[in-house]
Amino acid sequence: MTPPVIDIYDLCFSYSGKEVLHGINLTVHNRDFVAVIGPNGGGKTTLLKLVLGLLRPTRGEIKLNGKPLGSNNATIGYVPQQINHNLSFPATALDIVLMGKHRPDKRFVFTNSKKDRRDAMEALDKIGIAGYANRKITDLSGGQRQRVLIARALVTGPELLMLDEPTASIDTKGQADFYALLQSLNETQTIFLVSHDLLSIASYAKSIACVNKRLYCHQPFSSSKELLEAFYACSAEDTPSSTLSGQAAEETING
Amino acid sequence: MVEALQFEFMRNALFAGMLTSIICGIIGTLIVVNRLVFLSGGIAHSAYGGIGLAFYFKLPYMVGAVGFSFLAAMLMAGVSIKSKQRADTVIGVIWAMGMALGVLLLDITPGYNVDLMSYLFGSILSVPVSDLITMAVVGGTILLIVFYFFQDLLVMSYDEEFALVRGVPVKRLYYMLIGIVAITVVMVVQVVGLILVIALLTIPPYIAEKYTKTLFQMMLLSCALGMLFTTGGLWASYRLDLTSGAAIIFLAGIAFFASLVIDHLLQLWRKRMMSLAHQEELSVTRN
Repeated sequence: MTPPVIDIYDLCFSYSGKEVLHGINLTVHNRDFVAVIGPNGGGKTTLLKLVLGLLRPTRGEIKLNGKPLGSNNATIGYVPQQINHNLSFPATALDIVLMGKHRPDKRFVFTNSKKDRRDAMEALDKIGIAGYANRKITDLSGGQRQRVLIARALVTGPELLMLDEPTASIDTKGQADFYALLQSLNETQTIFLVSHDLLSIASYAKSIACVNKRLYCHQPFSSSKELLEAFYACSAEDTPSSTLSGQAAEETING
Repeated sequence: MVEALQFEFMRNALFAGMLTSIICGIIGTLIVVNRLVFLSGGIAHSAYGGIGLAFYFKLPYMVGAVGFSFLAAMLMAGVSIKSKQRADTVIGVIWAMGMALGVLLLDITPGYNVDLMSYLFGSILSVPVSDLITMAVVGGTILLIVFYFFQDLLVMSYDEEFALVRGVPVKRLYYMLIGIVAITVVMVVQVVGLILVIALLTIPPYIAEKYTKTLFQMMLLSCALGMLFTTGGLWASYRLDLTSGAAIIFLAGIAFFASLVIDHLLQLWRKRMMSLAHQEELSVTRN
């Protein structure tokens, strides 16, 4: 049997004396579509950054494909939450995607090889924005920029796609398209998604993980009712500011 | 301009201006896209503390200035990495402390009375050939390093986290970038003055960023604009008998505001074209 794509064992993380995550055990198998939900400040993004290797765990272990973190980071495609940072940066959509092709151990000064360019164009084509390849990123819409960042992640040839609240800054129509795209990508890739967007999760995710300092549940997705129950269960308990995040949770569901 | 070039000091000034434009165009581009303008200002001003130390302990000028600025820069880089939120405050403190230290050390150094103004405005008209050679050599080395790490710097400048995930040694690269900025700034400041360096580090890249599609193009256009400003400023200062540094800065400043106005007009024009196209579409469908 192949080892799970992500295997988290007894993971703890503290930041300036406060415990953000405690005793997380989580296994993600090939071609799963995990949606990580939970209240604000519950440690969802922290968990994602730990798996990416951007943060180091205080205790515990994270394995990717059975190997400890750090030895095989190239198999992760990362799509960040912020799509509007560095907006005036002088780069075209194609340039941004080509950044995914960058290998620090191989330095070519100006030339991107023809193959890299072809791969980058293919990635842009796959998500339907090949026509914008030579546009500057400033001139793209939020949804298009989001797609560019996904293409940048895809061009790395990842087995695992990790996304941090990717729909935070796109409109409703854009969101529906976006989730449809994720679903088609899920045919070949494992997806690990941090999200507030319970409605979309209900229609697309294969399993959900509720994180609020601890991992409250990780279960295959069955019904919207169970999803809501799971969400409330992890939001209600043991939150540093439980009333506040409770409100936030309600807002998310109502909105 | 041609008759001005019969003077050696004018030729040197022009050459110094070209070198400064190239170095500032390339390093300035990295400074602007990484939002390091304030940090660069801090490094340049804290260098004064190094000058004070050099005079007090009778060390060579460049050793004091470069050494002190480099340490200050590493401190600023460390703070920027550790706590991004308060980095600007700490940089402000080092900025002020460095200058104060310089003034105090010069106070207690017997027999010396160095003019602070010459450090601020420099004197591009009295650059000796030896300084030009130093600038060319150090500048060339810095540019080689930048181009060797060009792709890494590009990926890091756009998105640090993604660069980390891709295995770019972001921390080391960041320290390296700030170290390069420190050496560049101190070296060029000594030749053409602090204010001209800040102007050439920021204004050409800012204008270039809007009209170019890649980081490399931005560097090239920044260099070209810098050369245009220094040549134009020197020419104006020669013809109208003005202070050369200030003339260059003023010319660059005018270009900066002109580019803002042009942008604004372009935007208005685009909007108008769009609404015209829209109206046309409407009238076509009506008929």
